[in-house]
Amino acid sequence: MLRTLLQGLRTPLTEPKPPADPELAALAATLDQAARRKLGHSLAIRQVDAGSCNGCELEIHALNNAFYDLERYGLHFVASPRHADVLMVTGPVTKNMREALERTWRATPDPKWVVAVGDCAADGHVFADSYAVVGGVAAVVPVDIVIRGCPPTPVQLLQGLLSLLGK
Amino acid sequence: MAIDEILANGRRVTGHRPWPCVVVYPGMWQAAADLLAAGELTLLSVWGETGSAHMAVLQSHDPRVVVLSLECPNGRYPAIGRDHAPAIRLERTMRDLFGLDPIGLPDPRPWLDHGRWGDAPPPPYEFLPVEGDSLHQIPVGPVHAGIIEPGHFRFTADGETVVRLEQRLGYVHKGIDALLAGAPIPRALRIAGRTSGDSTVAYAFAFCRAVEAALGIAVPPRAQALRGVMAELERIANHLGDFGAICNDAAFSLMLAHCAVLRERVLRCAAACFGHRLMMDRIVPGGVAADLDADGVARIRALIDELRARFQPLVELYDGMASLQDRTVGTGFLRPDLARGFGAGGHVGRASGRDFDTRRDLAYPPYDRLKFAVPVRTDGDVNARVWIRIREIEQSLLLLEQLLDELPGGEARASVEDASMAPGEGMALVEAFRGDVLVWLRVAGGRVERCHLRDASWFQWPLLEAVIEGNIVADFPLCNKSFNCSYSGHDL
Repeated sequence: MLRTLLQGLRTPLTEPKPPADPELAALAATLDQAARRKLGHSLAIRQVDAGSCNGCELEIHALNNAFYDLERYGLHFVASPRHADVLMVTGPVTKNMREALERTWRATPDPKWVVAVGDCAADGHVFADSYAVVGGVAAVVPVDIVIRGCPPTPVQLLQGLLSLLGK
Repeated sequence: MAIDEILANGRRVTGHRPWPCVVVYPGMWQAAADLLAAGELTLLSVWGETGSAHMAVLQSHDPRVVVLSLECPNGRYPAIGRDHAPAIRLERTMRDLFGLDPIGLPDPRPWLDHGRWGDAPPPPYEFLPVEGDSLHQIPVGPVHAGIIEPGHFRFTADGETVVRLEQRLGYVHKGIDALLAGAPIPRALRIAGRTSGDSTVAYAFAFCRAVEAALGIAVPPRAQALRGVMAELERIANHLGDFGAICNDAAFSLMLAHCAVLRERVLRCAAACFGHRLMMDRIVPGGVAADLDADGVARIRALIDELRARFQPLVELYDGMASLQDRTVGTGFLRPDLARGFGAGGHVGRASGRDFDTRRDLAYPPYDRLKFAVPVRTDGDVNARVWIRIREIEQSLLLLEQLLDELPGGEARASVEDASMAPGEGMALVEAFRGDVLVWLRVAGGRVERCHLRDASWFQWPLLEAVIEGNIVADFPLCNKSFNCSYSGHDL
């Protein structure tokens, strides 16, 4: 077991910080500067699946692996919206999840940001015209950053999250 | 024989492939329902559309499949769920989505319909009544504490011990059946591949096989093999993730750290070889969207070597860790008779003695030419479901080697232009990492008229309720992760 434990320490797999995405950086620059000063060193993230196919969740999970190592940037996931600075929302918001998303948003103390992750969260994507779907996350709660992709890769997710920190 | 009797007592539908479909009278439908209840046949699915109900059944020994259709112009038909519990949630869904009325169905509550598709305020959902002393309820979800899909679990506990778990699902219902109806086949394929993102390859595989059956499209051998390569990469990636996550839920995070690295290597290999980490939109009618070059073959061979070398120490670590075994052995036991009665597939069924794997028992290319073992255990606990995944990873590596060693030349995609306007009905079953995914569809004029997608989870979610009984609340994450049912695949 000791060998397995030490294996990751000898040759670290952790990759360098990805370059900033210009679009996301520009978006983030428009965010409230006071909020950025308050929250800009580390962020507690609450993830909410508002209807996704689970593809985005898989890539969000990957952020915690040794290659991407999210926590070294001061970003970490929390279990309760009451502990969160950021809501990370996936999926076209289904009508069955609308209330749960709204209540989770209201339970998150200010200042807070909402990151819409994935093409479905952006505008409903292939599910947009369904009777069962509201639309993108912005149709239900205010959205600060949209990270597109189907699903977005961990690098794209990192670029989006790091832009919030102004790093 | 039951299947022969069914075939003799119905009107055979032409243009339904590859398995026979017969239109039956209510008496024969009820007789089939009785055979299901008696355990003589296994329910593969039951689904509806306006004015008719359909069921697909499996005869397990010497496996055969038949589809029964019942015309019900007034919407009423005999409920299979009256005597056969596995059908209940599927039939509640037929009521929700198509307004059908399953006569005698014991559960009158809506399932996927939460009363939120219209403007009226939703009625409260009536959970089952509970009686007894010293009981308390723990409601969990729909939003869960981790990075995970939403669903509601209503626990009734006596101290730390769970005396009942009742699920309420449907939170991520996106209306897939309705979106598919009338969709051009390429759009329908994109939607089908996003029913359950972790099984996008299996879903696209099954959808394309159903379309190809309906339209009589032949797939070139190279494409068959590449579909198998993608399917096995998807299986390995998911099993690695699950293995790590289960150990993590027993607070052994070192395993998750290492499994997540191995899973990442699989995804990077998939991206380099096929252009997408999850291989979404890579399987198309007639073949595959991207061919595999020599560099890709070499990458996959290197991946196989690395996984073999790095996975074995992790298995030994799991096997030798007494405190971890203490959590997983004896926890979450699924009785073999329940696994058999529900037709539970995948690691859930095979860990509890149900020896069924679509790749072997309803063999489809490329598996019909390949040698592989199907691991089965009878101990049926969390530990058993972990070991099934371990053995399946080993088998998947063997399958990948065979596929690469015997990779046929030729084209990776046949042209489908000539065939695509014809009418037809097709059906396919593909072994996703969770178990068998069923796709049944009717196409005409290049569009889908009706498509039914049945995730393996329909016959696993209810069993999770049985499995948690008598276990402590803190063991629920272990039981849940050891099943890893699909929310989105189930909710449609």
